[in-house]
Amino acid sequence: MSATGEALTPQEYIQHHLTFWASGSEPSSFWTWHIDSLLFSVGLGVLFLWLFRSVGKKATTGVPGKLQCFVEMLVEFVDSSVKETFHGRNKVIAPLALTIFVWVFMMNFMDMVPVDWLPQLAQLIAGDHNQYFRVVPTADLNVTFSLALGVFVLIIYYSIKVKGVSGFVKELTLQPFNVKAMIPVNFLLEFVTLIAKPISLALRLFGNLYAGELIFILIALMYGANLAIGTLGIGLQLGWLIFHILVVTLQAFIFMMLTIVYLSMAHEDH
Amino acid sequence: MNINATLIGQTLAFFLFVVFCMKYVWPPLMNAIEERQKRIADGLANADRAAKDLELAREKVSDQLKDAKATANEIIESANKRKAQIIDEAKAEADAERAKIIAQGKAEIEAERNRVKEELRQQVSALALAGAEKILERSIDEAAQSDIIAKLVAEI
Repeated sequence: MSATGEALTPQEYIQHHLTFWASGSEPSSFWTWHIDSLLFSVGLGVLFLWLFRSVGKKATTGVPGKLQCFVEMLVEFVDSSVKETFHGRNKVIAPLALTIFVWVFMMNFMDMVPVDWLPQLAQLIAGDHNQYFRVVPTADLNVTFSLALGVFVLIIYYSIKVKGVSGFVKELTLQPFNVKAMIPVNFLLEFVTLIAKPISLALRLFGNLYAGELIFILIALMYGANLAIGTLGIGLQLGWLIFHILVVTLQAFIFMMLTIVYLSMAHEDH
Repeated sequence: MNINATLIGQTLAFFLFVVFCMKYVWPPLMNAIEERQKRIADGLANADRAAKDLELAREKVSDQLKDAKATANEIIESANKRKAQIIDEAKAEADAERAKIIAQGKAEIEAERNRVKEELRQQVSALALAGAEKILERSIDEAAQSDIIAKLVAEI
């Protein structure tokens, strides 16, 4: 809770934590940007790429250092996951999976930072204690949807590239019932299946992280109540944090794995 | 919770990141990993080969050792033979030398004896002659009895 400003009600506190730092004065307009989401997602992405690139540049084939070992472990983990699921030849999928896994993990991991630290810091820097600041980019529907959208575009791109436009259309219309009369039904089913992929990807990640963040906020609220509840809050926060480490990693892994699976499905010719 | 332009920016960033990762991050790391895997595999293969080489070398060494031992035995044997031969030769030579020396000695002794015998004979004959002369001086003519004296000298 802010010690500097006037006391907030719990509703206001939660509301404050769940509002993005948006550009523009009209929050309902499409042309607003969530500056905090973009800042953290791009910042973390650049950090990830810079770190891996610097390791890659210095990579020795001899005895690797600890950082190189760690990076190579991740790369090999992703590479083996891709090789287990995807049997074609594609230069994009493995780096894509690595980017998704590490980037999503890093963005998710921002959830581990105590909920008030970075917002308070931002308020201090901005000199405005009403400054909105959300630090978990994956708790922003825009971020998760953009990731899913990227994957969706690739799914369609590879479907058409591998099977051709006609093959892709046939896949959408002649399955599961290979009868001409059933084409509308088939199309409906397949179209929903297709659309469900990015939506489920985006919503799963968003839902998990949003819920995680909300629970951290609720636990943080307990510290303002009284000593007994505040003490309970410490235990709860620790428990949730430890559990959340699992969730964060698992969600990053699931996002990566499903991306691989969807793309390998796009490569399959029926 | 509304969808807005953040989506566009984020999608753009995502694509850029993936492309960057594909171009500049993945290949060097993968190369390093694969290179190392190759080196490890090579190293293991080399170790195997070295172990096999060692085994071969051991066999060769034991073979050579056996050969060397056999050769040494042969050499010793032939040396022994040669020794016996040399000893025999030396013995034979020494025997011959001894026989020669003995024969020479015997011949010298014989010659000496003959010479001494001759000398003795002459002295005896001279002595006998002198004796007979003394005897005959008293009685008979030296010339008439010289054949008897010659007969005596021959009998000595």
